[in-house]
Amino acid sequence: MHFDALLLSRLQFGFTIAFHIIFPSFTIGLASYLAVLEGLWLATRNELFRNLYLFWIKIFAISFGMGVVTGVVLSYEIGTNWSVYAAVASPVIGPLLAFEVLTAFFLESSFLGVMLFGWKKVGPGLHFAATVLVALGTLTSAFWIISANSWMQHPTGYVRLPDGALRAADWMQVIFSPTFPYRLAHMTLAAYLTTALVVGAASAWRLLTDPNEDESCIGLKMAIGMFAIAAPLQVIAGDLSGKQVAQLQPAKLAAIEAFWETRTEQPFHVIAIPDSAHETNRFEIAIPKLGSWITAGHADAEVKGLKAFAPQDRPPVGIVFWAFRVMVGLGVAMFGLGAVGGFLVWRGHIARARWYLRAVVAMGPAGFVAVIAGWIVAEVGRQPYVIYGLLRTANAVSPVGAGEVSVSLLGFMVVYAIIFGVGALYILRLIALGPTPAPQLDTEPPPRGRPPGYALAAAPGEPEDGPGTRSGEAQP
Amino acid sequence: MSLDLPLIWAAIMAVAVFMYVMLDGFDLGIGMLFPFAADPAERDVMMDTIAPIWDGNETWLVLGGGGLFAAFPVAYAVLMPALYIPILLMLMALIFRGVAFEFRLHGRRGGKRFWTAAFTGGSLVATLAQGLVLGGFIQGVTVHGGRFAGRPFDWLTPYSLLVAAGLVAGYVLLGAAWLVWRTEGELQARARAWAWRAAAAVAVMLALVSAATLLVHPRVAERWGYVGRAFDLHRLAVLSPIPLLGAIGLAVIVLALRRRAHGWPFAGAVVVFASGYLGLAAGFFPDIVPYDLTFRQAANPDNTLALLLGGAVVLLPAIIGYSAWVYWVFRGKVGADDALYH
Ligand code: HDD
Ligand code: HEM
Ligand code: HEM
Repeated sequence: MHFDALLLSRLQFGFTIAFHIIFPSFTIGLASYLAVLEGLWLATRNELFRNLYLFWIKIFAISFGMGVVTGVVLSYEIGTNWSVYAAVASPVIGPLLAFEVLTAFFLESSFLGVMLFGWKKVGPGLHFAATVLVALGTLTSAFWIISANSWMQHPTGYVRLPDGALRAADWMQVIFSPTFPYRLAHMTLAAYLTTALVVGAASAWRLLTDPNEDESCIGLKMAIGMFAIAAPLQVIAGDLSGKQVAQLQPAKLAAIEAFWETRTEQPFHVIAIPDSAHETNRFEIAIPKLGSWITAGHADAEVKGLKAFAPQDRPPVGIVFWAFRVMVGLGVAMFGLGAVGGFLVWRGHIARARWYLRAVVAMGPAGFVAVIAGWIVAEVGRQPYVIYGLLRTANAVSPVGAGEVSVSLLGFMVVYAIIFGVGALYILRLIALGPTPAPQLDTEPPPRGRPPGYALAAAPGEPEDGPGTRSGEAQP
Repeated sequence: MSLDLPLIWAAIMAVAVFMYVMLDGFDLGIGMLFPFAADPAERDVMMDTIAPIWDGNETWLVLGGGGLFAAFPVAYAVLMPALYIPILLMLMALIFRGVAFEFRLHGRRGGKRFWTAAFTGGSLVATLAQGLVLGGFIQGVTVHGGRFAGRPFDWLTPYSLLVAAGLVAGYVLLGAAWLVWRTEGELQARARAWAWRAAAAVAVMLALVSAATLLVHPRVAERWGYVGRAFDLHRLAVLSPIPLLGAIGLAVIVLALRRRAHGWPFAGAVVVFASGYLGLAAGFFPDIVPYDLTFRQAANPDNTLALLLGGAVVLLPAIIGYSAWVYWVFRGKVGADDALYH
């Protein structure tokens, strides 16, 4: 394989954005969860909710920080590595990304400070407002970036000038392109599921050692509720997305299902090993007629196969096919987790069903895997275009050399390996400690000269000798 | 009457970049001052003075990149590849700097020491990289047919290295002045000493960078009336308020440090930065890619800029408003007893 600047830029962009999406898919859900916990605490004054809030906010702080630093990289990488794409796309989707900064990033990053450090400084109402604003910021951010991506998947509302430049003709059609509602719903549900899986796994892990820990019991039940509601909705949203793909991006659909021939009564390939060189599947387990039924609604619908497209217009088949199966397989597993969990909660002995707790722990990372697999389906399936039908990825790349890009790719791999390893370690350590009840409330008045404080100020302290002790740094 | 949209956006971008330089400047300066603190507790306090606000500060950098992409895509598409190496270096350094805020709290002995070093190293490398970006930008970029057509290391010259060193001095001054404002006792006294030295370094660097810019870049020199080894006093006079502003800023710093004022050294440092910033801008305006593309040539069509402006008119005042509120919430001195747990 020839490693030119194009291939390296694709590898670098795919790697850095796949790394970034790990954090949004967790922080979008967790921010909403924290808002719910704080709201429940303010409404009921039940200490369990406060303990859960103070526990998850520490994990949120770490994840959010990693989401921010990896996101900043992307906003510059579009220019450093895809400058032609940037110049072509900007007249149409430039405002969408700028509005993401103006409506979402400033909101999140400003109120994050109040959310994390403001216990002492603002009253409970304002603190709750800060949490809600951060949660709204993360959802707004998803709104704009998914809008931009949906436009790239199926551009509408633009005109093409004689010299090839793009101009917006109808902003509403640009922002609300046809696939946008399905994608936004699918991504938001994905984020909520991912978070619920992590919260569920952490709670189940604690319950395996101490079945009487009330916080973890509540955490698990809330997670199960989310599985039970969001997983079925996700299957529906995914199916609708798939029907859109069949209509608007037939080559992607053919790759997702490994269809080579155009025919009616397409079989559904449960498993296949697609072979692009010979334009066939080397091995397959198939269910007759089901393929047409799933993708087009009835068994005798004609569905296009990959051979209907010139070889240079086909996406890579194997990656898309398998990524799709990983996502759907995990989606079905989440569905099952919700159904069984709901039944166990109804029967009333969830904390003692050890086999189920183990299954929930095992599924903890499943959301991240499904999210990345889903994006691979969407993005690799869109190839060879970066703006579908308008701009090929090969023509979008910056005039930079393979040397620079290989060094930067290597740099990102090393840097991300370090921060991911350490971040995961710190988060797992916190999860292992669990949502221990907070120490005594601070009853002393706030020190002189400071704004009137909030009594909870001292609550979220760490144990003296645990990780995070502020004097832990050795004297130089 | 129709608005001159490209000009308005050039002004907004100029303000956004200045906001970034000023706000993240003191964060990065504090990172670079980290090794000089007396003990880990003092480092904790230094970090606590910026922990609640650094993320909002850094978002101005995202607005700088995102705004350039959205308003002046041709400039974005030329400058980013031209400055590929220093920009990616800056981003990687900012990753270490950014995660250090949280990671340092959770690290045990070795981990905490590592993230303390990463905070300093990240801040220093990010500052140097920003200086190289700035130097590479001022000295001009090779453009052919609207695309970057130079070589990968064009930005690396003695001039850009000098600018990078100057930016280190400047950010350290901002950081030290911020600490004078927001801390008390021994740490504040130490910060005053740092501010003295940084102010002296900044004065020297400002003079050196100004002289180098005049010598190296004939077009800039012409702007300032420096032609044929002599100054055209008339042209110089028009621009003379800019260096004067810098002198006033330095005087404010000196007086304020003498009188042990708290907030004034920081105000003086901001004035010095404003003067340096305006001075550079005066050198290449109206180019947005010196010395090939003006901001008009690089701008998006009016319908895009109009939509953007519609949004910005509502959103920017709101952002400035709530950012100011957050600064207000975290006002006052930060001390060791004030540990900002979450
Ligand atoms: C579905 C959601 C989603 C997707 C697809 C992306 N992001 Fe993201 N991004 C977020 C959701 C998000 C967020 C929830 O708003 C973040 C993530 C975690 C976070 O901690 O804030 C964030 C942070 C974040 C930041 C830092 C914001 C700050 O300073 O506070 C930047 C600059 C970007 N992102 C840019 C991008 C770009 C250029 C993307 C694609 C090309 C991208 N993100 C994909
Ligand atoms: C966050 C979720 C996303 C993930 C995980 C993701 C993943 C990927 C991957 C794996 C590729 C490489 C495909 C290939 O080259 O074969 C790619 C390409 C690309 N994506 Fe995405 N993407 C995401 C969202 C977005 C968004 C929101 C945008 C723009 C607003 C975007 C813009 C691009 C561009 C410009 C390319 C072309 C460069 C390339 O082919 O590598 N992506 N993405
Ligand atoms: C179980 C049934 C599911 C089906 C039928 C399904 C279907 C799809 C389809 C067809 C796409 C491609 C959309 C496009 O390229 O236009 C997609 C993308 C995606 N999927 Fe799924 N999916 C399912 C479950 C899940 C689950 C459980 C998750 C994560 C928790 C997930 C996360 C994603 C993401 C993040 C994308 C990319 C964003 C997008 O294009 O919407 N999916 N899915």
